[in-house]
Amino acid sequence: MSEQIPANEPAIDRPPVTADVMPPTVDAEGAPQTSIGRFKLPTETLRAYTMLFALVVIWLFLQWMTMTPDHPYGLFLDPVNFSKLLKQTAVTGILAVGMLMVIVAGQIDLSVGSVVGLAGGMAALAQGWGLVPSLLTAIVVGVVIGMIQGSLVAYMNIPSFIVTLGGMLAWRGAVLWKMQGRTVTIELPVYRSIGEGFVAPIAGVVLAALAIAALIFFTLRRNRARRRHGLTPSGLTATVARIVIPSIVIAVFIYMMNTQGGVPLPVFIFLTVALAGAFLTQSTTFGRYLYAVGGNPDAARLSGINLRRHILLTFCLMGAMAGIGALVYTARNGSAAGDAGTLLELDAIAACVIGGTSLMGGRGTIFGACLGALIMASLDNGMSLLSMSLLQTEHSTEMQMIVKGAVLVAAVGFDMLGRRRS
Amino acid sequence: MADKTDAPLLEMQNITKSFPGVRALDGVTFDLYAGEIHALVGENGAGKSTLMKVLGGVYPAGSYGGEIMLNDEVHRFNSVRDAENAGIAVIYQELSLVKEMTIGENIFLGREPRRFGVVLWDELYSRASRLLKELHLQLDPRTPVGHLGIGQQQLVEIAKALSQEARILVLDEPTAALTDTEVATLFGILNRLRERNVGMIYISHKLDEVFRISDRITVLRDGRTVGTESTKQLDEARVIARMVGREVGNIFPEAKHERGRVIFEARGIRVEDPNIKGKLLVNDVGFHVRRGEVLGIAGLMGAGRSDLLMAIFGAHAGRTTGEIYVEGERVRVGRPSDAIEHGVGFVTEDRKRFGLILDQTILNNMTLAGLPRLSGEFLTDVDAEAAAGARSMRELRVKAPSVFTVAGTLSGGNQQKVVLAKWLLTNPKILFLDEPTRGIDVGAKQEIYALINRLAREGLAIVLVSSELPEVLGLSDRVIVLHEGRVTGEFKRAEATPEAVMACATGHTKRDSG
Repeated sequence: MSEQIPANEPAIDRPPVTADVMPPTVDAEGAPQTSIGRFKLPTETLRAYTMLFALVVIWLFLQWMTMTPDHPYGLFLDPVNFSKLLKQTAVTGILAVGMLMVIVAGQIDLSVGSVVGLAGGMAALAQGWGLVPSLLTAIVVGVVIGMIQGSLVAYMNIPSFIVTLGGMLAWRGAVLWKMQGRTVTIELPVYRSIGEGFVAPIAGVVLAALAIAALIFFTLRRNRARRRHGLTPSGLTATVARIVIPSIVIAVFIYMMNTQGGVPLPVFIFLTVALAGAFLTQSTTFGRYLYAVGGNPDAARLSGINLRRHILLTFCLMGAMAGIGALVYTARNGSAAGDAGTLLELDAIAACVIGGTSLMGGRGTIFGACLGALIMASLDNGMSLLSMSLLQTEHSTEMQMIVKGAVLVAAVGFDMLGRRRS
Repeated sequence: MADKTDAPLLEMQNITKSFPGVRALDGVTFDLYAGEIHALVGENGAGKSTLMKVLGGVYPAGSYGGEIMLNDEVHRFNSVRDAENAGIAVIYQELSLVKEMTIGENIFLGREPRRFGVVLWDELYSRASRLLKELHLQLDPRTPVGHLGIGQQQLVEIAKALSQEARILVLDEPTAALTDTEVATLFGILNRLRERNVGMIYISHKLDEVFRISDRITVLRDGRTVGTESTKQLDEARVIARMVGREVGNIFPEAKHERGRVIFEARGIRVEDPNIKGKLLVNDVGFHVRRGEVLGIAGLMGAGRSDLLMAIFGAHAGRTTGEIYVEGERVRVGRPSDAIEHGVGFVTEDRKRFGLILDQTILNNMTLAGLPRLSGEFLTDVDAEAAAGARSMRELRVKAPSVFTVAGTLSGGNQQKVVLAKWLLTNPKILFLDEPTRGIDVGAKQEIYALINRLAREGLAIVLVSSELPEVLGLSDRVIVLHEGRVTGEFKRAEATPEAVMACATGHTKRDSG
């Protein structure tokens, strides 16, 4: 109560954020920069590259481990398995996009797994109403839950950890009650295809061409805009690299997927959600305000930002992601059950953290969170491959949990070590 | 006064300390005798804090050059603990007390008197109460520290240092948050410690206090010692000249402001304390400002100055009533965005807490409040922002490599300029400035004074709150004085003498107001 507010300080009424519990310390002595040779990189950028590097190392390692007489170059990055790996990433990835926004805003959502279960279960039960109502049910359930939890956090000032911890129990209870031990099969063909379908190869090629065209257009427009504002446009090498490297990645990706019948629909949905999330966080005022709210809620509020509305909106977006995730999850499994989605929230949080998101809020990127989701899925996928081909052990799931836990702690540990040195 | 023929208690010789790319200390020499108060002054970034961190063992031996000698013996501190054991106690600006614990628990934290691992509470509290009595502090050692004001907390820190039998006490900006009475109490205690032969290093930006309390003054500039002299042989102008490396003329440039029509008026503002029902922090305060006018609000800490501005800006947690008029029209301000929309800008007091997002770039900070105007309602335009940010950086002379430098790495003065730029980029008609020069160095202060005058000349209405009386008197066209939430006086520039304003600030009501 009163003693918590230091004397002579005007009190401000606002929702709590994670950083209130552990205020971030800012080292004012040196800029957070790390130099590699003559290159100086902001720590943030460096972290993204480190994660990318880690992903490549993990991939190469698994590729090497899965070399067998049948597959002398390894199984892991084989288009068949790669396509499967991306499908496994989809659900965690979609949830990580929503979770990233929640964490950046200085909040946390522990109810995601239960919401996925409830939204998926309701959608499966609503199949009798037809396709569109069934699909909408999942989204509506997610958004409404987001609205309830978001309102409690934003307008009642209850910490999100508590609200969503309660939600985790309550929504799980709701789905168990609704499902009553049954497993409901997904019967509607279009619903099923969300998990099993493909983007037709020719459509994939067209989309890739469009993406590359957009990339060229926006890169050139950016340079024109910089010149117009009297800033130095990026040099020729940088411009070409900025167009060519992603173009190659897109082309190789589409080629690989098309050898397997096209881009799997769950992967397509994940990529769409990730692009939308990246756009929202990086190129809109909403995104900028999100980082401000998590970075310093008091300063954000005094700068005219409506904290409560932004926090509420963030939880609604998280709910929508949980709804979409639930559709992909149930469609991939072919059914909905009471325990569906258990512990998914931890996967989503772990993906964000591995991708360099600060749990204190104000820091993190969609790209990093997606990378984190991919790293986690790679470990899962790689280890089950190994257990089948080499280890022949019956304990692969258990091993996966142990390794994933260790990787999560190690990722943050390396990050902290890096920061301490600078 | 100490006998100067004795060997000094502390000698720091030729101290050199480098950070990547910066030489923070360059051959600094400093000494301290028992029973003296030696003031250390210099602009921000001059190296005062670095020097004290070397002394306090924050930077371990080997990471700096030069030697530290206590009573002619070379000491090498590898940790803060080593320094403490050698009798050096540093009291930092940010207090390091645990608010939930009592005074006694805080004083003996980590060194509780105990037997077989069990804390002897009676002994702890009786020793604590003896310590407090020695300092003439009338406090119950069982009071939680969180119940004390900042000033008393500071004194508890000093008691804690004394309980460790510190022979050298370093005080870093000890009066930054204190009222005048609390400063007097603190100085009384420092004087008693001087008699008990404790050597004290006193770091402060407030030169009048430095002159009141210190025996000698050392000026640091750009990591070098400019000189050490007895306080009696110095005056403020000479110290400032040494700090900035040039003679300073009039700090407050004479300004002739063209005053226009009334642009902003507040009537009958009342703010209730959100924690204590029925207590009014601001009680029926009204004021108006004209175009091109600087209105100063003077008053002591706790008089309700910041509460008044926060409330008008729609950011106070307490229940607020009253009327606000912008350009003659009644407006409703429920939250800060309303105020911003009506052309009010607010440079708040505590820039680290209320002004900046420390781990974001200068650019993101500058454009935060005016984002829709600078960039777009929904989509952001980074390049348009960067261009506006770069312009502001040039105009306000923010010293940083680029607009993408992280705000937390800037010096106080440059951080304050970033906050100012943020509000100027909202295109305000009225600008509230709450302690705009707190904790920033003399050079940056002067730049901000010049900026205030320029903005007023350009037609901005400015409301200035400051604890530094010369600042309010030097910049304002008109001054109102608050005391315990009420207006106790209003002065025109010509009639505002420090004595008259201070009288109102301490509760005397001004009789005439001709």
